[in-house]
Formats: sequence, structure tokens, C-alpha cells
Amino acid sequence: MSEAGSGATLLEVRDLSVRFRTRDGVVQAVSNLSYTLRRGETLGIVGESGSGKSVSNLATMGLLNRSYTDITGEILFEGTDVLKLRQEQMRRIRGKDIAMIFQDPFASLHPMYRVGKQLAEAVLAHEDVSRDAAWNRAVELLEAVGIPNARARARDYPHQFSGGMRQRVMIAMALVHNPDVLIADEPTTALDVTVQAQILELIDRVKREFDCGVILITHDLGVVAETASHVLVMYAGRPMEYGPAQEIFTGAQHPYTWGLLESMPTVEKRLEILVPIEGSPPSLLHPPSGCPFHPRCKYRFEPCDGERPPLFRLPDGHLDACYLPPERKRELWTKRIGAELGVT
Amino acid sequence: MNGETLVEVQGLTKHFPVKQGVFARGKQVVHAVEDVSLTVRRGETLGIVGESGCGKSTTARLIVRLLEPTGGKVVFDGRDITHTSQRALRPVRQEMQMIFQDPYSSLNPRKSIGQIIAEPFKIHHTEKDARTRVRELLERVGLSPEHYNRYPHEFSGGQRQRIGVARALALQPKLIVCDEPVSALDVSVQAQILNLLKGLQREFHLTFVFISHDLSVIRQVSDRIAVMYLGRVVELADSELLYEHPRHPYTAALLSAVPKPETNGGGYGRRRIILGGDLPSPVDPPQACIFHTRCPRMKPGHCDVDAPQLRKFDGDHVAACHYPVEKWPISEDELRRRPGVETGVD
Ligand SMILES: Nc1ncnc2c1ncn2[C@@H]1O[C@H](COP(=O)(O)OP(=O)(O)OP(=O)(O)O)[C@@H](O)[C@H]1O
Ligand SMILES: Nc1ncnc2c1ncn2[C@@H]1O[C@H](COP(=O)(O)OP(=O)(O)OP(=O)(O)O)[C@@H](O)[C@H]1O
Ligand SMILES: [Mg+2]
Ligand SMILES: [Mg+2]
Repeated sequence: MSEAGSGATLLEVRDLSVRFRTRDGVVQAVSNLSYTLRRGETLGIVGESGSGKSVSNLATMGLLNRSYTDITGEILFEGTDVLKLRQEQMRRIRGKDIAMIFQDPFASLHPMYRVGKQLAEAVLAHEDVSRDAAWNRAVELLEAVGIPNARARARDYPHQFSGGMRQRVMIAMALVHNPDVLIADEPTTALDVTVQAQILELIDRVKREFDCGVILITHDLGVVAETASHVLVMYAGRPMEYGPAQEIFTGAQHPYTWGLLESMPTVEKRLEILVPIEGSPPSLLHPPSGCPFHPRCKYRFEPCDGERPPLFRLPDGHLDACYLPPERKRELWTKRIGAELGVT
Repeated sequence: MNGETLVEVQGLTKHFPVKQGVFARGKQVVHAVEDVSLTVRRGETLGIVGESGCGKSTTARLIVRLLEPTGGKVVFDGRDITHTSQRALRPVRQEMQMIFQDPYSSLNPRKSIGQIIAEPFKIHHTEKDARTRVRELLERVGLSPEHYNRYPHEFSGGQRQRIGVARALALQPKLIVCDEPVSALDVSVQAQILNLLKGLQREFHLTFVFISHDLSVIRQVSDRIAVMYLGRVVELADSELLYEHPRHPYTAALLSAVPKPETNGGGYGRRRIILGGDLPSPVDPPQACIFHTRCPRMKPGHCDVDAPQLRKFDGDHVAACHYPVEKWPISEDELRRRPGVETGVD
């Protein structure tokens, strides 16, 4: 992808597939997924509910139960395949080198312990320091994520914090060990726009100050546009389009990406009629043949339900899994989708 | 038809008691809705927008009298229903329906879709052949009549919301209050449901109160919009006027915070008005202007002393602010400057 100005490679996912063996059959949650994260980058992963965004990152975190989950492919963290690590080796990386922020901060904080204590415990989990030092570090972290009056607030319980403050605490928790990779799974979905703006700004600042790489999972293309340097669009567990944010937002290639962009209600004007993607995502127990999006695609033609489209590499380096000829795509984008968005 | 009032709400107020220890004395209340006045015109969509906890759902429940107000009054179709008993309300109930955010929890999992939609017919004894009517409704909301015997868990989120819409339409109501009807849905499906609601409104001349925290969604459906903050309406205007030129700094902050796909390129911070601090507690809302604790234009000695009244701008546009936004879009610097005041706070 874009080599110029990028930092060292932190994470390299190669041909990752995740299958769950369930009572109803095998769920193909993630199929043939590859991506790279470098220091200083924010990779935005977007897609509808059930597209495999969380599962692929849970695999990176070693949080999938292997007794009923089959994982193939490689997830290289600084060159080491984390899928081959033993439990206790993974535990040393998780939360320390690779940290994750979950969608619901309330569920992830213990209601009975003071916020500061929970942070201090997290410090003690990987570092051999005194309790006082751990507490001071907790206060510092709360300050770093913008909790006013941090020393006093560290003594509060989670319910005394607002939703936005709890999400800040979760970010502080993720930063305890200065991670290289920060995975944020829908970190603002439960928050209001003004609080979302605060949190996204915080994540961006943290990325720069802690010099890490960020994976931001969301279903909001607006959020991705404003924060990500690279974008991965997923559908039915598969990569549809992947590349630098700039390329994707000024020249999206895949009809699924177009569908997501077109269906977004805009704050700029009122439309008589919105442009939805008709239908709904397929069952991953019985994924469709060919391109998984073809049953809903306005532009499908004869090859789409046949062989699965590979990822085509475009001249600008971005990847696209769609058979439509490039000239046709260009025409559709400039005349319709891009024009509608006002980016061409 | 247009312009005629269907719902009129005056000085509507709802206080909830705060749960307290057995020995607690002072009576504390949540000021969920405070002195809200608005009208809903026949055939229009009135949007209500604001952040979590600002009183949108409570306002909705007061309008359809699922809650009894602490103060103020509600007039529906010329009838004062503020203190009408639940029993006497029954015929009015048919004319006001609600659609909720989470279609799953509002559908009985043990009943088939047909039974769920036919339910209101049975309660009100208005329809002999419920089955035919249900099939018609299913078709109208984009489901197949074959779905009649299926159960809620067999449907996707978007399909469940269609079921909720069909149920609300069953008794041909005059008013439908939609409380975050698309907030739990993916954008692609959100657009399907919004189109459905818009189409139904045209077809059946429905009046909507549409609640959302999403300014993009609310713009797509609303004719007029009320912006709420901490239980109060701080701005109310024709939709186009509101988006073209928001007057209240809170509305301005909300609008500037919406992430947009066309502003690509990463790098956060431009044009965005980041509000400081957190939402104050509705148990102890700020004195004077309720927004003054977070407002970039706050003038000490004025905004924290005098409560601004709703004041009129062009047309029906009203906003409650001593230092309304003069032009839009506005830069963060400009926003911090108040007319006639030399330097900003802090
Ligand atoms: N433990 C599991 N067993 C079986 N199926 C699972 C399991 N966990 C996830 N899945 C399935 O894997 C698919 C991908 O799920 P995933 O949670 O990654 O989606 P997502 O893109 O994160 O969606 P959302 O936006 O709703 O969070 C879904 O179809 C989901 O139902
Ligand atoms: N039954 C109740 N008892 C006590 N407090 C309540 C009750 N219902 C609502 N509240 C409080 O009243 C305030 C307004 O709540 P309301 O649900 O109307 O907000 P909202 O704008 O709909 O928020 P959201 O966007 O989160 O749905 C909140 O502070 C809420 O906690
Ligand atoms: Mg997820
Ligand atoms: Mg609500």
C-alpha cells in the first residue's frame, strides 16, 4: 500500500479465515482476509452488522475459543504469528502490546471497584511496581485522557462517571502499557455526537503521543472518513475493498462501498428519497456463491455468481474484489455516486 | 389541511422522583422535561433531536399520554387529554401510535407476526376480517404475506422494524410517534425504513413526531425540528432554516460534530466545535441558561444570571440564547467571540 511516510509494520494479517462450528452448521465468519497496520496509521474497518469486523480482531487478540473455532492463515505481530502462540505467551502480549477498547464501557468496568483501583490493577498485571506507583500511574493516565480533577475522580466508582468519561477510562486502560496496536471496536457507537467528537479526537491524539497504530472498527463511514488513513470494507466476512482512505473516499471502486456511501443520510440536504441497499446480508451458514454481495448488487452481471472475484490491484495500489470493468466503474463513480457526494 | 394543529403542548413538564435512602429528606427530582411548548401540525413531521437523556422519549410519552405530566397541558385533535383517565383515553389511543427503537423487545416473541399485527384489531373490535387486513399491511410495509405465521426471532432488525410499522398503522392512526425507529439499524437498512415511513406519510396523510439523536436522519424526514437540551427546547425552526443557519450555540456544536464522508483525509479537529465538560445532571440543572456551563459564548454575569427566553428569528425560527450565532458556518474562533464583547472566556 502507500509506502511513503509510513512507519514500521506492526501487524500483518495474511489470508485469515475464521469458522465457528455451531449446532446449526459451520459459520464462515471471516474468509481470506489480509491487511497491514503500520505505526502511525489508523485503519478503519467498516461494514454492516455481522460482516466479521469484531471476529477478525478477536482473533488478533487471541480471544476466540479455539475448541469450536477453526482459524487459518497468519496474524503476524512484529513478525511473530500470534495464532501459533501458547495461551500464556498470548497473555503477555494481550493488553500490553496489543490492547482493545470495546463498545460498551460499562460492561467492561467492574461496578464495585474504584476507577483508579481498576487502572492500578491493570498496571500491576504486567509491571513490578509498588501500589503507590501504580496508583500514581493511574492518575496520570486519567489526566492523559482528559478527565478533569483526575486525582479526586480516581476514587469514584464507574457509575459516577458519564458514558463519555467511562469510554475515556477504557482508553486509559488500553494505554496502561503503552501498546503498539490499539484496537477500538465501535468505541463511540453508544455515545452522542458531541461526545463522539471528543473521543475520536482523543484516540487521534493518543495515536500520535503514544506512537502506536490504531484499528478503528465502525459501521459509520463518516467516522472513518474523518479519522482513518486506510480503509478496509468488509462484507459477509470478506474484504470487498481496501486501500488508503484518500483513494477510497475520492474514488471508491466496489458497488458495496458505493451502497454504503449512498445510503448514508446526509446532514447537508434533505433528499426526497434515500438510496438504500435493498435486501439484507446473507447467512454465513450458507454464503452465496461468487461475490457474496451479488444478490444485492445493482450492477451484477454474468460472472458475479460464478467464480469468487479475486482482489484486483489498481494502479493507485488499492484493492477491489469486483468484476465490473474499470471504465464502467469510473463512469458510474463520476456520473453518479461520487457526484452525489460532491467529491469528484 | 396544512398548518392546522393536531397536537398542542404547553408548558409541558415532567419530574421523576429520585430514588433515595429511607432516611433521605429533601425531595430531589429529575427534571426530565421542563416547560416545553410546541405544536404538531396535521400532515407534518416534527423532528425532536438532542443528546441522550435530554428528554426526547419522555416528551414523546407525554404526548401520547403514556405518562402523566407534572405540569402543563397536552391538547390532541382539539381535546385536552392532560388528565384524562386511562379508561377515557382508550378511543384516543387508537389515533396515536408509537414505534420504538428496539423492534425486538417491543414484539412478543411467542406470538406470530400475524397475531402481533392483528392484536390491535381485536382489542378495539374495529375490524372483522383481521387476517385480510394484516396481509395487506404486511405487503404495504414490504414484507411478504407468507410471513404471517413466522415468529419475531426469524426476522432481521430491519424486517422487525417493518413489523412495528405495520402494527402502528393497523388502526389508521392520526399521529405516529417514532422514538429512534432507525437508530439500531445499519445505514443500508435505515434508508429502507426511512423511505417506507416517508411513503406511508404521503399515502395516508400521517402526522409524525420523529425522535432521533442523529442530525442527518432527522433532516431527511422533518418539516420542523425542535432541539432539546437538558429537558428544554432550546431551538425550534423549519428544518431548512435550522440547518442553513442554526442560532443556538448548542445546535451549532451538534451540527459541527457530525462526521461526514466527504471530508476525507483523516486529521481530526477542523471546523469542529468540541464542547468542554460533560452534560450536567438533570437532577440539578444549571441556573439561568441551562447551556451556560458548556457554552463557548458564555458571558459571566449574564448567561449564568438571566435565563434567555425563546426569541424569534426569521419565520417561525425561535432560539433561547442571549448571544445567538450570527452567521453559519462559523469558525471555532468566531464562535468563542460574542458580539459586543472583546475577548472570549478562558
Ligand atoms: N461465537 C460465535 N459462534 C457462532 N457465530 C459467531 C460467533 N461469534 C460471531 N459469530 C458470527 O460471525 C459473524 C461475524 O460477526 P462479527 O461479530 O465479527 O460481526 P461485526 O462485523 O462485528 O458486526 P457488528 O457490527 O454487529 O458488531 C456473524 O454472523 C456472527 O453471528
Ligand atoms: N421513569 C423514570 N424515572 C426516573 N427518571 C427517568 C425516567 N424516565 C426517564 N428518566 C430520566 O429523565 C431524563 C430524560 O430521559 P429520556 O429517556 O426522556 O431521554 P432521551 O432524550 O429519550 O434519551 P435517549 O437518547 O438516551 O433515549 C433522563 O435523565 C432519564 O434518566
Ligand atoms: Mg462487532
Ligand atoms: Mg429515548
